[in-house]
Amino acid sequence: MKEFVMIYRNEAMPEAKYSPDEMQNILKQWENWMGSIAAQGKLVNQGNRLGSEGKSIKPGMIITNGPYAEIKEMIGGYTIIRADSIDDAVEIAKGCPILHVGGNVEVRDIILMDR
Amino acid sequence: MQQKELIPHLYRTEFRKITAVLCKLFGIEHIEIAEDMVSDTFLLAAETWGLKGVPNNPAAWLYTVAKNKAKDFLRRDTLFNQKISPEIQHSTAESHEIEIDLSGKNIQDSQLQMMFAICHPGIPPESQIGLALRILCGFGIEEIAIAFLTNKETINKRLFRAKEKLKELDVKIEFPPEAEINNRINNVLTTLYLLFNEGYYSSTHDQVLRKDLCLEAMRLTYMLIENESTNQPPVNALMSLMCFHASRFEARTNPKGELVLYDEQDTRLWNQELISRGEIYLNKAATGNELSKYHIEAAIAYWHTTTDQGIEKWEKVLQLYNKLLIIEYSPIAALNRTYALSKVYGKEQAIEEAEKLKLDGDHLYYTLLGDLYTDIDDKKAIQNLEQAVKLIRSAADKKLILNKIKKLSG
Repeated sequence: MKEFVMIYRNEAMPEAKYSPDEMQNILKQWENWMGSIAAQGKLVNQGNRLGSEGKSIKPGMIITNGPYAEIKEMIGGYTIIRADSIDDAVEIAKGCPILHVGGNVEVRDIILMDR
Repeated sequence: MQQKELIPHLYRTEFRKITAVLCKLFGIEHIEIAEDMVSDTFLLAAETWGLKGVPNNPAAWLYTVAKNKAKDFLRRDTLFNQKISPEIQHSTAESHEIEIDLSGKNIQDSQLQMMFAICHPGIPPESQIGLALRILCGFGIEEIAIAFLTNKETINKRLFRAKEKLKELDVKIEFPPEAEINNRINNVLTTLYLLFNEGYYSSTHDQVLRKDLCLEAMRLTYMLIENESTNQPPVNALMSLMCFHASRFEARTNPKGELVLYDEQDTRLWNQELISRGEIYLNKAATGNELSKYHIEAAIAYWHTTTDQGIEKWEKVLQLYNKLLIIEYSPIAALNRTYALSKVYGKEQAIEEAEKLKLDGDHLYYTLLGDLYTDIDDKKAIQNLEQAVKLIRSAADKKLILNKIKKLSG
């Protein structure tokens, strides 16, 4: 088993409005997805959801506003899982609810230090 | 006939008290001496009372005799005297008479401290339960052997090794320091929950014994609640959980002693008093910031005490299992989550989730798959149930599954 981080990205969509019921449904989808990973004994750390306040610092001390890596796409959060292989991790990531709202998931292996 | 019932009764209620007090006095390394001394006291009682009649206050008689035995022993045994006695005599200050305090307060304290000593993570769980039954609950070796479906010899060996381990770890019989108390309580709760489950899920057919194990676990949990420093939210949550589970005791077996599945239970047999007790403890548990796994399990158990079969109930249960699994993974929680999922989102989706669990080797996994495939693909359902039968050890459980197969094939 190796550890992987799933990085959630989505476009910043300030105009996107969901009804309370839809939002409740999104909440439920995330809860069930986390529960599903945990039920497989593969959840290492739920990780965090990131806020929208952010600045980037570039060489020459150029500071830009906004949390975007690429144009408008921002990292929304991350979760750390345990999986047999990158393919296994990808299978898990396929269940990510962000895929239903136009977002994407990047799966990366984590380099572990010998303890 | 009266004596026959009197001694086992006193053994159950008094053995643990006297043993705890003596053991606390002698130190954990002399736990066997304390145990033997109390056993001797009971033997002497049986013989004396048989000969001369039962005294007016049998418990007081036992205390006096045990006290005298302990004093005699401390005086006589020189080796013991050199090693232990100075300390004891020192602690009892000027009086050269050794004081053995069998007051209610000291009994209570000694038992609680003993609980912390025995529920030590350094001892294997099975041994912890065995020791708890022996020392904290005053069970005889034979009863423990029946509870574990094994023989006296195995239990004796197990207890011996556990006691050796206690000595090796130099476990102190004392209240843990304030800073450590939460951590240590967690160890104690783990053992008490295991003890309860041993009764609730045990494969022994002895219904009385099973109930006894659960009641003992509840009694010990109640001792923690009664004591101010150990009366913590997770303790109340565990107590609530135990009350909710115990409320179904009468309903979960039929008159023949066979297991009745939750869905098929006569809900009129659920004990409403225990359910409302459970609610009281759950409310008491709802203080502080810590959400322990016992809180979540108690909440799940609460929903199971409601007869409502609506989707809302299962949505809540699913949510709680999601939370529980994130706090602590366990195969049983993973399986139960999948069951709840099937109630909310249907069997197809649950089958998909179940396949991901990879719990081959667990008969409950195949039982669940068998249930999920029922009415969707009965052939697959039977295959899974047959796989479960191969893995089941308990005859009662096997019979339940065989019945299901029979229904599906017929």
